[in-house]
Amino acid sequence: MTKNIMIVGVGGQGTLLASRILGNAVISEGYDVKVSEVHGMSQRGGSVVTYVKYGEKVHAPIIDKGEADIILAFERLEAIRALPYLKKGGKVILNDRKILPMPVITGATTYPEGIVEDLSSKADVIALDALDLSIKAGSPKAVNVVLIGVLAKSMDIPKETFIKVINETVPPKFLEMNLKAFELGYNYEG
Amino acid sequence: MKELMIGNAAVARGAYEAGVKVVSSYPGTPSTEITESIVKYEDVYVEWAPNEKVAGETAIGASIAGARAMSCMKHVGLNVMADPVFTVSYIGANGGLVFCVADDPGMHSSQNEQDSRHYAKASKIMMLEPSDSSECKEFTKLAFSLSEKYDTPVFIRLSTRVSHSQSLVEICEPEKVELKPYVKNIQKNVMMPANAISRHVVVEEREKALREFAETTPLNAVEDNGSKIGVITSGVSYAYAKDALQDKVNYLKLGMVYPLPTNLIKEFASKVDVLYVIEELDPFIEEHVKGLGIKVKGKDVFSLLGEYSQNLIKKVVLNEEVDAFAPQNLPKRPPVMCAGCPHRGTFYVLSKLGVTVSGDIGCYTLGAVAPLNSVDTTICMGASVSAAHGMAKARGEEFNKKLVSVIGDSTFIHSGITGLIDIVYNKGNNTVIILDNSITGMTGHQDNPTTGLTIRKEPTKQVDLVALCKAVGVDRVRVEDPFDIKGFEKAVKEELEVNEPSVIIAQRPCALLKTVKHEGYYTVNSDKCRSCKMCMKLGCPAIIFEDGKAKIDPTQCNGCGLCVKVCPFTAITKGE
Repeated sequence: MTKNIMIVGVGGQGTLLASRILGNAVISEGYDVKVSEVHGMSQRGGSVVTYVKYGEKVHAPIIDKGEADIILAFERLEAIRALPYLKKGGKVILNDRKILPMPVITGATTYPEGIVEDLSSKADVIALDALDLSIKAGSPKAVNVVLIGVLAKSMDIPKETFIKVINETVPPKFLEMNLKAFELGYNYEG
Repeated sequence: MKELMIGNAAVARGAYEAGVKVVSSYPGTPSTEITESIVKYEDVYVEWAPNEKVAGETAIGASIAGARAMSCMKHVGLNVMADPVFTVSYIGANGGLVFCVADDPGMHSSQNEQDSRHYAKASKIMMLEPSDSSECKEFTKLAFSLSEKYDTPVFIRLSTRVSHSQSLVEICEPEKVELKPYVKNIQKNVMMPANAISRHVVVEEREKALREFAETTPLNAVEDNGSKIGVITSGVSYAYAKDALQDKVNYLKLGMVYPLPTNLIKEFASKVDVLYVIEELDPFIEEHVKGLGIKVKGKDVFSLLGEYSQNLIKKVVLNEEVDAFAPQNLPKRPPVMCAGCPHRGTFYVLSKLGVTVSGDIGCYTLGAVAPLNSVDTTICMGASVSAAHGMAKARGEEFNKKLVSVIGDSTFIHSGITGLIDIVYNKGNNTVIILDNSITGMTGHQDNPTTGLTIRKEPTKQVDLVALCKAVGVDRVRVEDPFDIKGFEKAVKEELEVNEPSVIIAQRPCALLKTVKHEGYYTVNSDKCRSCKMCMKLGCPAIIFEDGKAKIDPTQCNGCGLCVKVCPFTAITKGE
């Protein structure tokens, strides 16, 4: 059986760094792994999705409906959009932030209300303001690492492995801040 | 040592390990990162060419000269390169010659969903199709030696999910490959009729040899799980099928999709009661299997459209449904021009003037999206210029007075310049707007002949767009800042009026370039905001309308200040 983690957000939110840290952490534990993302036009402020799958042997690069053990969502609407991909009984980690899509901005449609409540009625949800924790760590730019911290707590991979990978991935100048962001996420209690 | 790599980086690694010496490509999603990944191998010559045809011909020349060479492109790039491809099939390869083409099923970032396997068959060039990063590396390495062994170019076919999925790749030492001798050979390398006639005979003999190779190569592998269901598949479809069907079926995995084997397929089919072909896009393998008189399920049960997935295959082959939450009717989040994007100024003006916009391929295709709704047509690279020429010839000068072409700097060099020459030569009066944002934007910031830097960021001669347009005979060429809305509007109006061809170069760098400094953000003074929604017409993702007033999201705004210029009530000022 593979473990399937889906990272969803809006183009430009830094989901790619999150998947890189996660992918490298999984490899360090000796698993087979596939990380899949899409580049190009959809990255320009559109919905972006990254799939991280690991286990003894991974075949398909994508996660299909009903297959995700955990959804790590950088934005509320993208979390609810990804819900059909969640395994029944799965977990959603939500950065409780709202970014309006263009059809809402132009008034063609409205942003749905009650997303967190809806998600909570269907799944095990951890909702947090990762931007707040990131700023506490010293910069608004470490939202992705805060969220990786929360995710790490929910995974079967040792915390030390993540710390080692962050040490290897993040430029030395920002290392201390990112490690702090990871700890704040890891120790977050909703 | 194993490393996690996207398929594209693994193709680059495979080429490097095979001793590739020359790589020339034009960027195009999902193929771009192959060539970008070559940059880290310092002893390989690598370049961005102005278009795929030039790139392909550069690789062909390098091969004739005795080097292992490669050119990489997206599926529609292969259309541009098709001319030399069909002829180099006759010439063959001296140094190993590999063309890597990436299809985009599902059209994540493309204007069509063509299936490049048809090119292999039409040009009689063998084609390999890897299913993950490890195979990307191995197949690419093998492609170079097969190319030399059979004296043929070799296609590697990728698809978005193979190109952009990371999986583990075993890293090996590069081979030491010497240049092959260059020997003048007119019969082989000069494709005029007399020589081509005899080379066609060689091509058909090669086809025969490759068909025999297809029967025995380990690229085409049978996995016999003792099942009465058989699946013939290749590429990423194999990965989906394995995920969905595990060991419940027998597999014939085709690593070589052209030419296809015959006896291998017949033998595989004879051992099962039900046979499926699982392949995205066109029934390429299926038609071959049917041609052998074998009954097979293919496009009668699978779609011709978009990408496949494990659930889809499970449903069709095993009739198993997946228990999942139902999708809800949610607002879509289409891609948009970034906050601070220089194209926004251009399209705001064009939208305001209500002109017909003959569009092109790049980030600025998003000028067709609400609320700008500005672009009328998008066809292919360069077509904005030539299609507008056709529109003007069809509908006359009155129509032409409200018609512009819009094309990016890199796209103009790719194939817009020839359209401009057509306009000048054939007495057109079109107005062409070149969006010069100092980079190739959509594919992720590649340098091009107008940026003054090579792929390795070495300074080089920079094509001067003004001088270029003047040199082909356009006398009216002006450079304008698309963020100077009034000035830009005036320029467009003036150039539409004149009875001669004209070019406006809308010059402002891409907001995502690291060299572009952003200063703070803007904010709306809600007391001064009269809810006129003029700023909303810009379609900026940072500006929202809430509780009857415009608001700016400070985390999205990068302080470009375009909205300040359209607000009639000076309600927008610098944030604290």
